[in-house]
Amino acid sequence: MSYEIIGIVVLWLFLFGYIIVASIDFGAGFFHAYSVLTNKHHIISKIVQRYLSPVWEVTNVFLVFFFVGIVGFFPSTAYYYGTVLLVPASLSLILLAIRGSYYAFTTYGKLRSKFWTYLYGFSGLFIPASLSIVLTISEGGFVEEDNNELSLQYATLFASPLTWSIVILSLTSVLYISAVFLTWYANKAKDQPATDLLRKYALIWAGPAIITATGIIIELRTHNPVHFQRMLDLWWMFAISGILFITTVYLIWQKRSYGLAFFLLTGQFFIAFYAYGISHYPYLLYPYLTIDEGFTSEGMAIALIIAFIAGFCLLIPSLWLLLRLFLFNKDYVEGKIK
Amino acid sequence: MESEQAVFYSRLLTELTLSFHIIYATIGVGIPFLIFLAQWLGIKKQDEHYILLARRWTRGFVITVAVGVVTGTAIGLQLNLLWPTFMELAGHVIALPLFMETFAFFFEAIFLGIYLYTWDRFRDQRKHMLLLVPVAIGASFSAVFITMVNAFMNAPQGFELANGELINVEPLVAMFNPAMPTKVSHVVATAYMTSAFVLAAIGAFRLLRGSNHIYHKKALLLTLKVGLVFSIASAIIGDFAGKYLAEYQPEKLAAMEWHFETEEQASLTLLGFLANGEEIKFSIEVPYALSILAHGDPNAEVIGLDQFAEDEIPPLYIHYLFNIMVIIGMITMIIALFYIVGNALNRTFVKNRFFLWLIVSSGPLSMIAIEAGWWLAEVGRQPWVLRGILRTENAATTSNHVDFMLLFFIGLYLVLGLASVIVLTRMFKNNPVERELLDQQRNGR
Repeated sequence: MSYEIIGIVVLWLFLFGYIIVASIDFGAGFFHAYSVLTNKHHIISKIVQRYLSPVWEVTNVFLVFFFVGIVGFFPSTAYYYGTVLLVPASLSLILLAIRGSYYAFTTYGKLRSKFWTYLYGFSGLFIPASLSIVLTISEGGFVEEDNNELSLQYATLFASPLTWSIVILSLTSVLYISAVFLTWYANKAKDQPATDLLRKYALIWAGPAIITATGIIIELRTHNPVHFQRMLDLWWMFAISGILFITTVYLIWQKRSYGLAFFLLTGQFFIAFYAYGISHYPYLLYPYLTIDEGFTSEGMAIALIIAFIAGFCLLIPSLWLLLRLFLFNKDYVEGKIK
Repeated sequence: MESEQAVFYSRLLTELTLSFHIIYATIGVGIPFLIFLAQWLGIKKQDEHYILLARRWTRGFVITVAVGVVTGTAIGLQLNLLWPTFMELAGHVIALPLFMETFAFFFEAIFLGIYLYTWDRFRDQRKHMLLLVPVAIGASFSAVFITMVNAFMNAPQGFELANGELINVEPLVAMFNPAMPTKVSHVVATAYMTSAFVLAAIGAFRLLRGSNHIYHKKALLLTLKVGLVFSIASAIIGDFAGKYLAEYQPEKLAAMEWHFETEEQASLTLLGFLANGEEIKFSIEVPYALSILAHGDPNAEVIGLDQFAEDEIPPLYIHYLFNIMVIIGMITMIIALFYIVGNALNRTFVKNRFFLWLIVSSGPLSMIAIEAGWWLAEVGRQPWVLRGILRTENAATTSNHVDFMLLFFIGLYLVLGLASVIVLTRMFKNNPVERELLDQQRNGR
């Protein structure tokens, strides 16, 4: 395997990791805010808080990893995406800042304010929406190069059905992923009312999530036929992903094996995400940038891969310790110890 | 014209984010080390005051860390958004330490999360204390790696330019550039020093506000000892930094010292201000001192600004920044020294209200020194973003919306800054040490 393939596979893995953990985080925040709004917070807020508090900083690092890594492996992305994304990425940053400060001030600082809770909950829906714009832009057709200056065509972007389908997909999948995970977590905590409520949310959002995902593939047929064709070639990956989706929903419907259900959901998104990524190859940004043109020098690539492996050896045991102490610790999950 | 504006606003927004982030970053690097010291002393001396000190510092620390995570993500992403050309170049050569910084921070974040929620989970307190080791290491190494990138901007090496293409990239050579040793050690030492003085200031403030608890006196002695050690270290490193500049960035040294003519036995200009461009007024001239600072030899020749093209020298106002940094460093060092000596000799002046106010001032003052130092580092490198290779005006984004984004971020930092001050003061006001100690006794701990 060539270095650029290793690089993009690893980065894609981090982005996938971010999508899963951040979806849980964003969705949990939204459900929490929604429950405060509808006076149901006594049911789920404990579950949400107990899970989120120790892990939120870790979530953020996944994102930082991705954008630092992609500039390292593919420096030209800094030039193309950096120029084009000034406004959307800055807005995402401000929204991320609002969320981060919720933890700082409310969780750690004991500032009790409904205003922050709402801000926190709803910013969690706007962040995936604003970040998903990057995927839309990568499909091409929204960036113009003129006298060596790149500019984003906002009018085209906001008028495109593709943009809005991807935004809606990001929202529905955030809520779906999060609800499935929290159902499992609440069940582990032996919190029956919370489990029932979250299970209901999971079933509600399953349909919209799969419909929007299919809708995007259809959008691409007109927007980016090359990409669409490459996706059709990988039909079997999408088929496996679909089977995993059906199994997950079936398990939740039957109130069985929530842990396995979440595992299958991760598999569903993993396969679909890589199928999307593979069909996107070799373009990082249609039609300007491919992974061969944008790749760093060989020396840097080797250094980054070595650093990555070394760092991974350090992080995996640490993450395992974190999960063992909080996520998989029976007493902690059930709220018997703080 | 439009692109000039984009450069101007990009610089402004970067300066704003960096100036705001560095407050939280400095505290974030220094405080884990101090918490570790306090907890270690507490366990060794079986003194619950030190344990409580560690606990309370941690509680405040997590808030600053959380805000630091936010502003750190902002500066990381903003560099790509505002300086795409620079980041493309930097990505080719200096991506390695940037990448490793995320690992260091990841490491820190995981263990901080564990440390925070496991105060009462271990029967053996020492096990809990050990969780701080990765936190402190991760925090310090974040600073080390990021400063390596900054050092590279001052002394780029480890690659060759051929027809605009970067070839023969050697990531390790780029990382270990000549600016690296002095810069990295200076940043880490001043972070420890500033954190110590900030915590000392809080202790002194409580004493002034009527609390006479021994807890605060223990805190004061511990933090000022750390402050003294690291302010001396910072000064020594500063001297080496002068020698680095004389050899590799003489224009920066000459501009910050207002050294206009190349000469031997150069004197050092302290204070003063500049009239009509090149006329120095009201300054103190220390004979031979600049030659000693630059080369360790009173007779050595020091290159002056006359050796450089007009458009390749940094703005001369960096002299003021340099003076602010150095003078504050000296003042805080003397305050710490007096307190420690006075305390050892049982002198009463250490309890004097005026002296306590001096200690209170050392906190904000050292933060001002940090700001002045970073402004000196960044403005002093101008007109280059990558010295000798890429000029700042050629590195900025061509987007026209930077001014608008600037307004957004000003709003964001105002909210974050105000909220952190309000939350932190409320947190400690509502739960003073005396009450917490009483609660602990009642609970039989």
